[in-house]
Amino acid sequence: MITALIILAILAGVFGLILGYSAIRFKVEGDPIVDQIDALLPQTQCGQCTYPGCRPYATAIANGEAPINQCPPGGETTILQLADLLGVEPLELNPENGEEAITTVAVIDEENCIGCTLCIQACPVDAILGAAKQMHTIIADECTGCDLCLPPCPVDCIEMVPIKTETTNWKWSLPDSTHTAPKA
Amino acid sequence: MTNINDMTEFALILLSTILVNNFVLVKFLGLCPFMGVSRKLETAIGMGMATAFVLTLSSVCSYLVNEYLLIPFGLEYLRTIMFILVIAVVVQFTEMVVHKTSPVLYNVLGIFLPLITTNCAVLGVALLNVQEQHGFLQSAFYGFGASVGFTLVLVLFAAMRERLEVADVPVIFKGNAIALITAGIMSLAFMGFAGLIKL
Repeated sequence: MITALIILAILAGVFGLILGYSAIRFKVEGDPIVDQIDALLPQTQCGQCTYPGCRPYATAIANGEAPINQCPPGGETTILQLADLLGVEPLELNPENGEEAITTVAVIDEENCIGCTLCIQACPVDAILGAAKQMHTIIADECTGCDLCLPPCPVDCIEMVPIKTETTNWKWSLPDSTHTAPKA
Repeated sequence: MTNINDMTEFALILLSTILVNNFVLVKFLGLCPFMGVSRKLETAIGMGMATAFVLTLSSVCSYLVNEYLLIPFGLEYLRTIMFILVIAVVVQFTEMVVHKTSPVLYNVLGIFLPLITTNCAVLGVALLNVQEQHGFLQSAFYGFGASVGFTLVLVLFAAMRERLEVADVPVIFKGNAIALITAGIMSLAFMGFAGLIKL
């Protein structure tokens, strides 16, 4: 009886160790290609690509179900990066999904806000703060500028404001693709 | 080591397990994946390959556990629980290794691998190996043959079911009913192999 218990316990223990070791040894980090595509997308979760968010779109690209040119917020930069990653030809941005826009952030005109919470429900990234019958405000750092809060607002008190360039968010402008280097 | 006699014996084991004593149609083991994943040819092939791998490996491991742990300590009565443990570990380990080494194969086999744990043919082969007092290589061949037989029948059955999908079947027989009837007729056909070999 005791032998049986000991043998069973030892065998189970050994198997546990083998599995535990191989779980570390053979670890796989998700589906790497989906993660890589997802990392290139702008994470606005705006749904303009017709998918419910950036990750579903990344999965669709990885499965070959969607072309790489459906992301207006990412624009040409994202398309070029995706083409580079996946080894396919870069495409023009699909106009059906929208136009590439300058980065904006939503601002609520707090005088006119009636506290209806409709924009809170529309926001894909929970960047709007407020409660029923209370004035709402936008957490500018979280806002992705996706425009989704504009249509539901019954009093049109939300405005998209281009992000002011400051030393903290200034970037080199992208090289102009039409411009060629001067011949020496 | 291997002489002509051994070779014929292995060939006989293979022939016996694949055709004569087919695990699905003659011994009626592993019927749930047989009915469950035979709707499409691709899934049937995937399941067959996964099962072939696990069955061979687990019958060898079960043999080792039985020979070097259970018999020396007189614990033969723990056989079933030990074999279940071994099979579960082999399946889990296989899944991890396949996931790491071959993402393509994992995509094909992925969802089928955990299903094999509950495939009674796997446990059946391990227990039959003990019952028939097979040696190490015999166990390996027995397991491999059983899985080839399983795959063969699964693929044949899947091909038939794909055609049955579009066939004009009376309403009350549609779906699983006609599939079970087909399986019965297939089983009858495989009974025709009985007596081909006596093992």
